[in-house]
Amino acid sequence: MNAGMDEAKLATAAPEKKEFWRWQENTWYDETKNWKDAKIITCGIDVGSVSSQAVLVCDGELYGYNSMRTGNNSPDSAKNALQGIMDKIGMKLEDINYVVGTGYGRVNVPFAHKAITEIACHARGANYMGGNKVRTILDMGGQDCKAIHCDEKGKVTNFLMNDKCAAGTGRGMEVVSDLMQIPIAELGPRSFDVEKEPEAVSSVCVVFAKSEALGLLKAGYTKNMVIAAYCQAMAERVVSLLERIGVEEGFFITGGIAKNPGVVKRIEKLLGIKAVDTKIDSQIAGALGAALFGYTLMQKQAVKA
Amino acid sequence: MKMITAGIDMGSRSVKVVLLEELDMEGKPQLFVKKAHMMLPGDLDADQAAERAYDDALKAAGVSRDQVKSVFATGAGRSQVAFATEGVTEMTAGARGAVYMYPQARTVVDVGAEEGRGIKTDSAGKAIDFAGNEKCAAGAGSFAEAMSRALQLSLKEFGEASLKSDKSIPMNAQCTVFAESEVVSLIHSSTPKEDIAKAVLDAVASRVCAMVRRVGIEGNVVLIGGMGHNPGFVQSLKNAMEVDEVLLPELPEFASALGCALIAAERLH
Repeated sequence: MNAGMDEAKLATAAPEKKEFWRWQENTWYDETKNWKDAKIITCGIDVGSVSSQAVLVCDGELYGYNSMRTGNNSPDSAKNALQGIMDKIGMKLEDINYVVGTGYGRVNVPFAHKAITEIACHARGANYMGGNKVRTILDMGGQDCKAIHCDEKGKVTNFLMNDKCAAGTGRGMEVVSDLMQIPIAELGPRSFDVEKEPEAVSSVCVVFAKSEALGLLKAGYTKNMVIAAYCQAMAERVVSLLERIGVEEGFFITGGIAKNPGVVKRIEKLLGIKAVDTKIDSQIAGALGAALFGYTLMQKQAVKA
Repeated sequence: MKMITAGIDMGSRSVKVVLLEELDMEGKPQLFVKKAHMMLPGDLDADQAAERAYDDALKAAGVSRDQVKSVFATGAGRSQVAFATEGVTEMTAGARGAVYMYPQARTVVDVGAEEGRGIKTDSAGKAIDFAGNEKCAAGAGSFAEAMSRALQLSLKEFGEASLKSDKSIPMNAQCTVFAESEVVSLIHSSTPKEDIAKAVLDAVASRVCAMVRRVGIEGNVVLIGGMGHNPGFVQSLKNAMEVDEVLLPELPEFASALGCALIAAERLH
């Protein structure tokens, strides 16, 4: 039997609604280590507007994570996110010493010992992922966009966020991806596949995005050009936010949008500065920071005891 | 010989077609066919949607394409109506249509799917001044639509529910994307749906009202555009504008297409 052919047939025969706009859910853990050897295990849970992440930290080092969608119930989303990684490695909730919740649903993590704002957590996570030279952090998530300035310890010294309008957040990209029926992971690469860089779209309102994209397609833009125009608009939008707090070397991007090179490269070009590279999934920065805060708290308790 | 003209309003969400027949004895144009065609979600072919809507209208009226002397288009997508002779702005078309229906109207409030605007008009239906939303969808129908989805109510139920509430809950979020989360939080905190619906419509009305105030509220107010179908919004708008009456056509979403067809007829003289 030719499996390849069957797969192809299945793909064309299944017109069910695909969710082009979502990043793939994923789980990872460090197979070179065993969590049972760890003295202190802490967990950070970031319940965001679109996705939720659970990160496990063993003795202050990243051990594993699980990233999945946020459902319509924050406590369940938190539970499921953590369960996803615990099941893989045979861990139970009792094995975890301390849990910190963050993200907009942070107060709804039923088993959390503490809730910490995502701003503090992203800075802390970025400090771990990008090193202590990180000073300027851009966090672009599903519905928010934050410019954060921090010190060499990853402590927040200043921040700004979009509090009135969702323009320039991941939501806009989701709308474009859904409209074009192109998986969100392909948007970035496709945005560079244009003969000439188009002008940025004029309106950045997420609600207007669809109409404007349709108008551009009608006016003869290719899909790739429309995507490029949106990437450019988003980049311009967040750069103006970043410039309001001041951009310093040691620039780091967290959140889902960091995985879209179409936006990242354009931001770098506008700023004239390159973002610090990391091998770790940028979407887990908040949850990682939360877990690291948990570790610090446990250490302090140990000192007191 | 009767003269027929057509007005096509290519909105962000739907195409509206009006055919107009002019009676030759008095020269006063008379409206005789209105036909709307909703675009499908993700409809990439706006011009095909316009073609379909136009054909439907012609068929309903028993008129052939050759019998139509002139076709004018309006709306955000007016340039996409390939068969239109000319395009007019939404302000021009809206004011003209509104004053045709209500000659006493001087302030036209037009709230569609993605656009909301206030237009000041003269007695001839000529737009003198206008203010609208350019950057943000908060004062438009999409906002209400997104919230009714979050509340799992049809648009009709949504408007009716709002009328049952006399509470004023302020909505903090003005962005459609954020407001959806806010509505979900209100649902989770067991706020009655009626109160949430009213809060949402009050918020849209207050945004629209702020735009209208920029041109000034003068004389009689007429509401056109699809949001006119929402009785809760009409009430919220009255409250926000502090007026006793808002004139409301039976099919408010056709006002701009009508204005467009009227202008087409005038140009032929």
